[in-house]
Amino acid sequence: MGHYISITEAQRKEMLDAIGLHSAAEMYAAAPSALIRKDALNIPSGMSELEALRAVEAIAAKNKVFPTIFRGAGAYRHYIPAIVPAVVSKETFVTAYTPYQSEISQGILQSIFEYQTMICELTGMDVSNASVYDGATAAAEAAAMCRDRKRTRTLISTAASPDVIETVKTYCWGANAEVSLIPAKDGVTDIEALRGMLDDTVACVYIAQPNYFGLIEDAKAIGQTVRGAGAKFVMGVNPIAAAILKTPAECGADVAVGEGQPLGMPLSFGGPYLGFMAATTAMMRKLPGRIVGETTDSEGNRAFVLTLQAREQHIRREKASSNICSNEALCAMTAAVYMAAMGPEGMKNVASQCLSKAHYMASEISSVRGFSLRYKGEFFHEFVTECPVEPDKVISALEENGILGGLPLGDGDILWCATEMNTKSEIDTLVNILKEVRSK
Amino acid sequence: MNTPKNLKYSKTHEWVEVTGDNTAKVGLTDFAQQKMGKLVFVNLPIVGDELSPGEPFGDVESVKAVSDVISPVDGIVEEVNEELLDFPGMINDDPYGTWLVKVSGVSRYEDLMTAEEYEAFCAEEE
Amino acid sequence: MKLLFEKSVTGRKSDYLPKCDVPVFGLPSGLLREKDALLPQLSENDISRHYSALERRAYGVNNGFYPLGSCTMKYNPKINEKAAALPGLTEIHPLQPLPTVQGCIEVLSDMEKALCEITGMDAMTFQPAAGAHGEFTGMLLIKKYHEKRGEGKIRTKVIIPDSSHGTNPATAVMCGMSVISIPSGSDGCVNLEKLREAVGSDTAGLMLTNPNTLGIFDRNILEITKIVHDAGGLCYYDGANLNAVMGIIRPGDMGFDCVHLNLHKTFATPHGGGGPGSGAVGCKAFLAPYLPKPQAVSDCGEFSFKVDCPDSIGKVKAFCGNFAVVVRALTYVLMLGCEGVPEAAEHAVLSANYLKKRLSEKYTMAFDGICMHEFVMTLEKEAKEKNVSALDVAKALLDRGMHPPTMYFPLIVHEALMAEPTETEGKETLDEAADIFLAVYDEAMNDPEKMHLMPRNAPVHRPDEVEAARSPHLRWKPDVQ
Repeated sequence: MGHYISITEAQRKEMLDAIGLHSAAEMYAAAPSALIRKDALNIPSGMSELEALRAVEAIAAKNKVFPTIFRGAGAYRHYIPAIVPAVVSKETFVTAYTPYQSEISQGILQSIFEYQTMICELTGMDVSNASVYDGATAAAEAAAMCRDRKRTRTLISTAASPDVIETVKTYCWGANAEVSLIPAKDGVTDIEALRGMLDDTVACVYIAQPNYFGLIEDAKAIGQTVRGAGAKFVMGVNPIAAAILKTPAECGADVAVGEGQPLGMPLSFGGPYLGFMAATTAMMRKLPGRIVGETTDSEGNRAFVLTLQAREQHIRREKASSNICSNEALCAMTAAVYMAAMGPEGMKNVASQCLSKAHYMASEISSVRGFSLRYKGEFFHEFVTECPVEPDKVISALEENGILGGLPLGDGDILWCATEMNTKSEIDTLVNILKEVRSK
Repeated sequence: MNTPKNLKYSKTHEWVEVTGDNTAKVGLTDFAQQKMGKLVFVNLPIVGDELSPGEPFGDVESVKAVSDVISPVDGIVEEVNEELLDFPGMINDDPYGTWLVKVSGVSRYEDLMTAEEYEAFCAEEE
Repeated sequence: MKLLFEKSVTGRKSDYLPKCDVPVFGLPSGLLREKDALLPQLSENDISRHYSALERRAYGVNNGFYPLGSCTMKYNPKINEKAAALPGLTEIHPLQPLPTVQGCIEVLSDMEKALCEITGMDAMTFQPAAGAHGEFTGMLLIKKYHEKRGEGKIRTKVIIPDSSHGTNPATAVMCGMSVISIPSGSDGCVNLEKLREAVGSDTAGLMLTNPNTLGIFDRNILEITKIVHDAGGLCYYDGANLNAVMGIIRPGDMGFDCVHLNLHKTFATPHGGGGPGSGAVGCKAFLAPYLPKPQAVSDCGEFSFKVDCPDSIGKVKAFCGNFAVVVRALTYVLMLGCEGVPEAAEHAVLSANYLKKRLSEKYTMAFDGICMHEFVMTLEKEAKEKNVSALDVAKALLDRGMHPPTMYFPLIVHEALMAEPTETEGKETLDEAADIFLAVYDEAMNDPEKMHLMPRNAPVHRPDEVEAARSPHLRWKPDVQ
């Protein structure tokens, strides 16, 4: 009996008899015999649970866990209240399938409906879908939503995250649609340059708020410019920052997207994360992916169902605007539990602490000679500094002290991040190490 | 079946009402709306769009299916029935009284049937 | 049941964070949002009870038999959860220096080796986050291949059987291609004549799953892939049905050039109510330069990422994929090993054939004979004669506490119900399930009217999906004062 196979030897024989076969191999008779493997697979022999756990632990031990992290750039370490993993590790939520059978899945459907509502509140938009893979694919799907017969070009700011830009480029290449980059000036999207690029072939403009360098964009002005030219405004937003910054809706966005990982998901070497997408009512039927709606049943009770399914691949097939099927449902639930646990005050508090710690850190770091701030603009919880030495020297020195320093940007600068997880004393320690490195 | 005699019918279950020299109205037949079930959304073309006989110009959605609406004529879309965006069920309730588009510049018709021919055609399809 | 928002009490909150230990910084008010987000104000007790109530209204593999065809709802081992939750894996930032993430890259590299061996491929990426995402990635490899050979504008047609999953044609269109749908033969398999007619100098490739969506192994597979290759196209394998053949037959040997796998189906990672999944994509060596970047590489036990990939299609997602899902799958593969992988496949096929045999007593099968890991029943006759549809039977099964099979797929079978028991069910579970299926059939034939009221034994009864689509209510709104 193999792992997780409940059928015993005796049962196997009974079943084969019932089917009228002598051996299991006969079941593969339709396949050309040349295709049937005769030798064993060239992978290691199976292990017991204890051995497998030890094997994975040994692999994990080859990683270094940093007690202190000052690096963001698209993945952020925030405090995850214990209630979050407690809820999302409930076996039924973990092992359930997509809630197509609504009578048996009201719990899952309701949790998605609650998540959709929270995303609408966070972004100010009218409707949200049940999630897509991550912030980068959300941006790419938003670009697809905005394309029509006449307007097919996507403009994306160079101040957006490189991974988002790369992903949008790949998706647009796939669809044979053009992408152009909007130059940045002083670390933010150059609105003048953008004005020059807008014409009646542009479908949408994407910017990130805050942008890759941590800077706060003049999103409202960009939104006005974009919409004035008849194009759609897609705004990427950090969900923690969204608790206090002007919302995409207030900036005139047609679609709001973003990376939901900060809402209760661990770093996990990059995934699974969460792409959220929210839009105006006018764009509702262009949203990809699953959407849960509220309705009533035959007895007038409140009931939730997957709705607007005629947009999706299982119905529209080649006429669907996206092929998305499975999304990040459990991660969306994670985000909902996090937002419920933090509440409106808690969300503002996290945002405020991130903002304050980053500004304290920026002020302290930039007081060390050679580490001045690269840009002058307002920032949220990330900022770029110059570096007087080879950045790797700084990173190594920090690593020796169990600190993951900011991300070297490849041009000599470093992108730093602070969240509510960083204490004043950690920041002071960091600054002292920088002073030491400087003095060498 | 109550197929209006003054209309013409396509094999893909659209009806055409000739309203003038080069103008027509297009809608969906009772057979079509029955087959689709309760409609939840209608995707209509834009005013000014060019139509080709035999080519889809929009679609109708039910909860679990989507079906193209095929143009039985050529021409330019003059008007679309915007009420359908809020009340797609009108097509179910009154298929022959609910037009989808008004077309001008009509010069060609796809092979169209009379009411009698259409009724016979539907009987075969069952 | 009330929503979280309806349980909100003003002033209620929890204290998760210490006070800010640095001076509080405020942004100029012009940058700030005008109204706070209206999130619920709850205690942790409220939240705990709310989600426990939701859990009682959900159905997971832990609650019972889950014979959803095409979904492979096998048991999700708990050790996989433990492995994925190791702090040495969860606390790792994706952009840490390479020497500090040797373990993470090893996970990707080890899985690449194992899955390449199982599929007969030469290279694999774990960047795609789901099966459909993997399809998109795999078809982009094919698109790039033709572009590099100067035929990108000519080879724009993808041949897809009409029995395919809806993601296949949707994927082709996302890749800027158009679909040639070929009708399946009377045995549910690819019609070779129609395939020969469809291929040409405009063929980019074929998308196929084998066994097909009817649960039948297409015996002509070698001829099929040859026809496409001879026309200059490539062959893409939809790995959703790999559970029938893993360790026994390899897509690479069938003639496929690239494949996607659903780790959340075949490799036992949990479905999560709709994700996260992982759509690993494997390919033959000649397509490997086009894989998304960065690619994991191992060199004598040292791991790194290849970032200089000039021919890569780019990225399909940030970072390198749903890493924690890959960890779960790795743990599973380590435990099954070279013996367990084919054993699982064989038992999946055995289970399906046994259940099919038992249900054949009353249910009409779409195709007779030995099936693979899943089979399709049709209620077409019952729908015509007694007005009992596949939906009615499914809801009646729900009424008896069993998750129904997949309904109305594949599209080429009318009133279809597709069942896939998987290898993790015991014979007695299959017998119990069969008894329920047969009892429902009898009930349906005796009292068809009753079927339309099913399920009675459920928190809601036949929600109005028409109204939900006509007048969408997609979020909770506070009562307007």
